[in-house]
Amino acid sequence: MNSVSIPLPHGVPLDGPAHHEDAYLRIVDLTKRFGAFTALNRINLEIRKGEFVCFLGPSGCGKTTLLRAVAGLDQQDEGKIFLDGRDVSHAEPSQRDFGIVFQSYALFPNLTVDRNVGYGLVNRKWPRAKVAERVRELLALVGLPDQGNKYPLQLSGGQQQRVALARALATSPGLLLLDEPLSALDAKVRIRLRGEIRALQKRLGVTTIMVTHDQEEALAMADRIVVMNSGRIEQVGSPEIIYRTPETAFVSDFVGHMTFLEAQVVAPGKVDVGGLVFTVADSRGFQVGTRVKLAMRPEDVKTRNIDADTPNAFEARIENLAFLGAFCRASLVPLASPQACISADFSNNAMRDLGIAIGQIRRVAFPPEAFRLFPLEAGEGCI
Amino acid sequence: MSTGLALLASVAAPRTIRGERQVAGISIGALCVILILIIALPLWSLLSKSFESMDGSFVGLDNYLTYFTTPTLFASLQNSLFVSAVSTAIVIPLAFAYAYALTRTRMPAKGMFYALALLPIFAPSLLAAISLVYIFGNQGFLGFLLMGNSVYGPIGIIMGEVLSTFPHALLILVTALSLADGRLYEAAAALGTSKARVFWTITLPGARFGVVNATFVVFTLVITDFGVPKVIGGQYDVLATDAYKQVVGQQNFSMGAVVGMILLVPALIAFVVDKISKRHQVALLSARAVPLEPPVNRRLATIYLLFCLAVGGTIVGSYGVSVWASFIQYWPYNLAFTLNNYDFSNVEPSGWQPYFNSLTMAALVSVIGSALVFWGAYLIEKTKAFPRGRAVAHFLAMLPMAVPGLVLGLGYVFFFNASWNPLSFLYGTLALLVINTLGHFYTVSHLTALTALKQIDGEFEAVSASLKVPFWRTFGAVTVPICAPTILDISVYMFVNAMTTVSAVIFLYGTDSKLASIAIVHMDEAGASASAAAMATMIMATAIGVKLLHIILAHAIFNRLQRWRRRAIA
Repeated sequence: MNSVSIPLPHGVPLDGPAHHEDAYLRIVDLTKRFGAFTALNRINLEIRKGEFVCFLGPSGCGKTTLLRAVAGLDQQDEGKIFLDGRDVSHAEPSQRDFGIVFQSYALFPNLTVDRNVGYGLVNRKWPRAKVAERVRELLALVGLPDQGNKYPLQLSGGQQQRVALARALATSPGLLLLDEPLSALDAKVRIRLRGEIRALQKRLGVTTIMVTHDQEEALAMADRIVVMNSGRIEQVGSPEIIYRTPETAFVSDFVGHMTFLEAQVVAPGKVDVGGLVFTVADSRGFQVGTRVKLAMRPEDVKTRNIDADTPNAFEARIENLAFLGAFCRASLVPLASPQACISADFSNNAMRDLGIAIGQIRRVAFPPEAFRLFPLEAGEGCI
Repeated sequence: MSTGLALLASVAAPRTIRGERQVAGISIGALCVILILIIALPLWSLLSKSFESMDGSFVGLDNYLTYFTTPTLFASLQNSLFVSAVSTAIVIPLAFAYAYALTRTRMPAKGMFYALALLPIFAPSLLAAISLVYIFGNQGFLGFLLMGNSVYGPIGIIMGEVLSTFPHALLILVTALSLADGRLYEAAAALGTSKARVFWTITLPGARFGVVNATFVVFTLVITDFGVPKVIGGQYDVLATDAYKQVVGQQNFSMGAVVGMILLVPALIAFVVDKISKRHQVALLSARAVPLEPPVNRRLATIYLLFCLAVGGTIVGSYGVSVWASFIQYWPYNLAFTLNNYDFSNVEPSGWQPYFNSLTMAALVSVIGSALVFWGAYLIEKTKAFPRGRAVAHFLAMLPMAVPGLVLGLGYVFFFNASWNPLSFLYGTLALLVINTLGHFYTVSHLTALTALKQIDGEFEAVSASLKVPFWRTFGAVTVPICAPTILDISVYMFVNAMTTVSAVIFLYGTDSKLASIAIVHMDEAGASASAAAMATMIMATAIGVKLLHIILAHAIFNRLQRWRRRAIA
């Protein structure tokens, strides 16, 4: 078991199910060092056939190193990799079975789109007509029919990315590896290609791993997300699980926006933040008296229909308002705990209806399910 | 759409590619063996020979002791240091000003002036000396300018070296000065900085590494040059002519080896300085730098125009004198036109053969060299297997940078002339001249190839591997076509240098493999200056012709084969 340094009460393994015979890709205790730097620290992971998995994390977290180890482009120092039941730990890249798309696309600039897509097919001594047919099929599949005679530089970034995808899929690999494939593209194109890649992957059923540092991209595309940090896996789970129930402070901070407050468990299901006591639905087994980090998402704030029975209601002053387009992010200072500062998102609708403005004192609430508790690390103060 | 689902089933199981590692391993091994044979072992022979007596027994530092205690030999060292220092001190400021004019002013006809100044690169350094003899020699029309001093000696050597090394310094300084961040100058102007202060605080520091580099390059070129002192040195002995006399004249290999080792010193210092300065240079120009637009200043442009006219005119004029002299009857008494001097059989037993030998040699070096260098650089830069082997190959490829041609030539004499060497049958053949020249010019070509390869997407090999295409196919289908202009550059560089080189091959030629540049030395020794000038003119014309062909060919390649570089279809 890798990843998390805290003792977890329920003992749930974070890597997903321990060992399945049906895993298409199985990574066991994988470690990779670059000199004194440990890029991958005993990684264990299983990916099922047909799954779309995202490796998500900040730069330097090891996600690309892990992808390259799976591809055989960087040899691991320790550990094993099984692909479709076959031990490929020490196999050359050409002896594994994958297609890969890089951030730079790595399209051969001196070859036409047709020849790029057919690059891996020509080597199979297929008749020319069969190659041409297959290339045509693939270009139609990625939505680029009739572009075969152009050179890569004559295409837009999004089109180049599709060609790279077609080339990677041409040999029908069992595993598709995508290394930050969308990060070099404009925001609009990125969002469109996101959907197209996902739809294509579903249709072909090809097991896919995508590396990304963009949490939104991972949430939107993946069946499962592998959140990584400093060479370790922090959490593995569906986008919903990762977003709703982050297992570590890192995951909760990296995925989505989170307010962290220093708090103390004062009774089962009750935490105290500088005099303000909140009821939490899941106190994750923290003992009474433990100092913890209390986390909540800004969008979980409740501003309407608060009455005497609403749990966790409190009076707060609106200190600051930042207009962020679809909503406004406010900084709330609870009157009962003036040291704390909580982010809260108000829809434009609420802003207008309730006439929210800086300096106001409002009654707000966070439902007990909105809170997550994390251990307070040594020397860590309030955020 | 059903095609998608059919896709996965439609492709047969992929064939696994075996032998990729083996091919890479064998290639890297072969490259190492070749480089050891053509570079490392000859240098080792030179080193060990300098510690041996004439009969081959180890004598420690005896040879060095003899060298430094023999006044005539030690005087050559002092002479060499003197002419090298003075030549460098003259060339660097001149080349800096010339380069400044080409990069930082709005002087007209910059391209023409650049081309004029590069002329000496296309001729053997011998030609500069031959011209100086015509101009300032006993029958020279400007001899009076020397005020009674003889051109045969340090004056002639320095003038000749200044002429022949000028373009080498210019190339480096133009590169250094063209890397300027316009924002720095705008900031200085906004702060009201004086022109002199801008020069001393921005321009010069920016070009500092170029200046240091050029200084060492020129110093090394001068101290190891054989051609100029051979023709115009007279009784003034320098290290390069000493090495020749010791080895060819007296067959004293040990003493020749000592001279060779001494000649290695400045080049080694230059190599180390270059390494250090490169380490510091990296952050000098950021990707966000704004190119500098020279300000409009008519007066300044005119001054620099006059300066460039003077310098460029002197270079072209000097070389032109030899060309002219090669076409006239008898200098300075009969100036009638003639082609007699081009009938080399009058003065050279083998007639035109040396010229054709040079042509053959240069063509072979150019073709074999560019292929070997590029394949080697590709293996070193783009393959992943055998990191140690690749590191060794890279080190060996970088070695000739620190080794002047004369020194490498001496090493070849000791290595390939040794009776125990099974390769000694090569001695005196054209093949050995090809090998030697290839080794001599390996490093610059290797660096050029590496630079081009580094600019190619590093993931091409990874993509090929994922598609189960062996790397050599991608090399042929993608890398070579993309790098075609660079490969052409390398082959022309090798050709031109093979045509003009003299210092290494002077020790190695045989009766059947005499080169044009060596024939020039012999004709000059025999007093047939006009024929020597004619042969040198032939070399220069050929080298320039090849360069022009290169420019035309590069243009054609760029326009046709490299159609993919253009963003829009024409």
